[in-house]
Amino acid sequence: MPQPLEDQRTTVYKVDREHPANPTLPTLRTEEMMLNMGPQHPSTHGVLKIVLSLEGERIVKATPVMGFLHRGVEKLAEDGTYHQFIPHTDRLDYVCAMYNNFAYCRAVEKLLDLKVPPRAEYLRTIVAEVQRIIGHLFWLGTQALDIGAMTVFFYTFRDREILLDFFDELCGARLTTSWYRIGGVERDFTPDLVEKLRQFCDYFPPKLDEYITFLDTNRIWLSRTKGVAVISAEDAINFGLSGPTLRGSSVDYDLRKFEPYAAYGECQWSVPVGKNGDTYDRYWVRVEEMRQSRNMVKQLLEKIPDGPVMADMPSVTLPPKDKVFNDLASMIQQFKLFSQGFEAPKGEIYCGTEAAKGELGFYIVSDGGGKPYRLKIRAPSFIHMGAFDYMARGYMIADIVTIFGTYDIVMGECDR
Amino acid sequence: MGLTEKNEPALNLIQVARGHQKDGDPGIILTTLEKAVNWARKGSLWPMTFGLACCAIEMIAAVSSRYDIDRYGAGVFRASPRQSDLMIVAGTVCVRMAPVIRKIYDQMPEPRYVIAMGSCATSGNIYDSYSVVQGVDRFIPVDMYVPGCPPTPEALFDGILKLQEQIMQRGVFSKKPPEAVKA
Amino acid sequence: MHPDAQKIQQAFPEAVQNAVEWRGDLTIHVKRERLHAVCRYLHDDPGLDYDYIVHVSSVDWPDHPERFEVVYEFYSIRRKQRIRVKARVPEDDCVVDSMTDIWKGADFMEREVFDMMGIRFRNHPNLVRVLLPDDFPEGYPLRKDFPVRGKGWRDTFTFIGEKTG
Repeated sequence: MPQPLEDQRTTVYKVDREHPANPTLPTLRTEEMMLNMGPQHPSTHGVLKIVLSLEGERIVKATPVMGFLHRGVEKLAEDGTYHQFIPHTDRLDYVCAMYNNFAYCRAVEKLLDLKVPPRAEYLRTIVAEVQRIIGHLFWLGTQALDIGAMTVFFYTFRDREILLDFFDELCGARLTTSWYRIGGVERDFTPDLVEKLRQFCDYFPPKLDEYITFLDTNRIWLSRTKGVAVISAEDAINFGLSGPTLRGSSVDYDLRKFEPYAAYGECQWSVPVGKNGDTYDRYWVRVEEMRQSRNMVKQLLEKIPDGPVMADMPSVTLPPKDKVFNDLASMIQQFKLFSQGFEAPKGEIYCGTEAAKGELGFYIVSDGGGKPYRLKIRAPSFIHMGAFDYMARGYMIADIVTIFGTYDIVMGECDR
Repeated sequence: MGLTEKNEPALNLIQVARGHQKDGDPGIILTTLEKAVNWARKGSLWPMTFGLACCAIEMIAAVSSRYDIDRYGAGVFRASPRQSDLMIVAGTVCVRMAPVIRKIYDQMPEPRYVIAMGSCATSGNIYDSYSVVQGVDRFIPVDMYVPGCPPTPEALFDGILKLQEQIMQRGVFSKKPPEAVKA
Repeated sequence: MHPDAQKIQQAFPEAVQNAVEWRGDLTIHVKRERLHAVCRYLHDDPGLDYDYIVHVSSVDWPDHPERFEVVYEFYSIRRKQRIRVKARVPEDDCVVDSMTDIWKGADFMEREVFDMMGIRFRNHPNLVRVLLPDDFPEGYPLRKDFPVRGKGWRDTFTFIGEKTG
């Protein structure tokens, strides 16, 4: 496993006021300044307002103000059936949308104790890892763009477009797909799609190495990311951080290894873990995760088992769409499932999944009816915002945008 | 357009320039000037970065190298409303964000255009809840609605091109009645 | 009974009301007054070592005399074990002790519970609304008596007519 580069920071000159040789410097009257980085700002990270208290250029306190994208999704969940909530989950972390579908479907399947057929598990895992690559490519492009390296943005988005074409062919939508269903997936891969993914697996690693050469040895990138927004392992665990932000601080907590689900146990891969907990290490962790995801996809493509892609439980799972329009029994089943919903057992579960941003969890309380009684979304971006003030203290204004990017905050998930 | 009823050219050049009052057209010089001004305006629409939610990702994809918005002249995304003339409201408009959008719209200099991109900005989409405004046209005037959830970059371009056609028909030196502007 | 639940019951015999294990999740029902002490024990005891806070949530049961339920979920990274701790809160006195002194991540999570359900947390450093504006006039959205469409706030635009350009 390659290791992150050693420290190559430029020297910083500081005036030592205590040293007797330094002449006495005049004392200036200083005041704290409040600066509002309003909900509309040039950085690409959505509607978030930060109220900064500054001493010169140093941040004394950074208070995030959220809720500009609060859509009331948890309340809307109580109003519709379990199947009707799947499109809402797409719009949570809209950069890698299908992982949210996956997390929700897993949660409902845990509630129902429903077993998904093996072929569906493999397809789900492959698509989930491709979504992770998409999410991290988006992150890399926007983080580099915010820091100033515009070229990387165009290259990563070019590769993202290749994968979005793949999703377009798979399920009809580029961005907010809803291909996962409770009990399996909506439709099978065609041989054409498998071939396209194979070609992508061969095409991707040299491209990724090319993008890294723009950044890895670039002095500006290193001095803007090394030592910035450091968080220690104990603090990260105490705040509840997860995903690459936690793994950058040398904590190897990854739900795919701790509580293996889907087909993650069927392939060889490892979890990249950083050392220092700074922005550079988190960037390195995400790049390595992209490589590991590509390895996983390549391995799993070769050994997809045959079989159905939807569990055989007609009281819960939706019938195939082509049958719905031709067969009366399927039409009635579809109608019943969407108007009344299925009878979920009474109880409550929590199910966490390792999404691209962190641990995305659903806490579902069911009272036995067709609609969820209470559905709580454990959104990693919201929890990372809780640690924002703690992380940003002592750094400069220019580092705020770096910190937004390194904690990979998506407002759809943060505000729900 | 500067012609009398019997289809004879008017001999008075000042009358030609000032225009025939019968159908309200401004006259040959001003019409050509109007066309030129409208052509310049439509060919250099500078949008403002106003991505709110998922549609912002498709807007960013429209800016990237495959769907290049710069070939329509709209590639210079300004962060400041004072320097932009197109506001693409991309994403769900929540009640908390509404005063901010209105303030930014008021800060844009005229002529200014608004595209409501996506179903959330058009009508609230699936979010019929307590904190989502059911369409951005409740508090700002919208010129073009682009449906979709999210609309693909090609759909956004369709909207921008139709907006450009609409701009070509606007009056610059005189206010045209609304019926004269075709969709 | 699950060994963790047994250990907690031995340490706090009067606080633990019930322990349920369903679909692989362990849930412990605790009395409201002892919730902070139980959570402190879960965090500090080296045999339990629940150092990671997963989420804080609340559920509304309007027909029950103790209307609200506050739910804390913890995870032990070293032992790979999850636990859920719940406490019932009546409507007229919906106050619970805050866990921000044990887990710093509970700060925003408890603010969200206050924002959506109206449950207050004693000793919280900054208990204000986080997702809705501070002057939201209609109450607490996730309560069962609050309509999905709200009570008209979403259609009021007080700023139209102001000069801001």
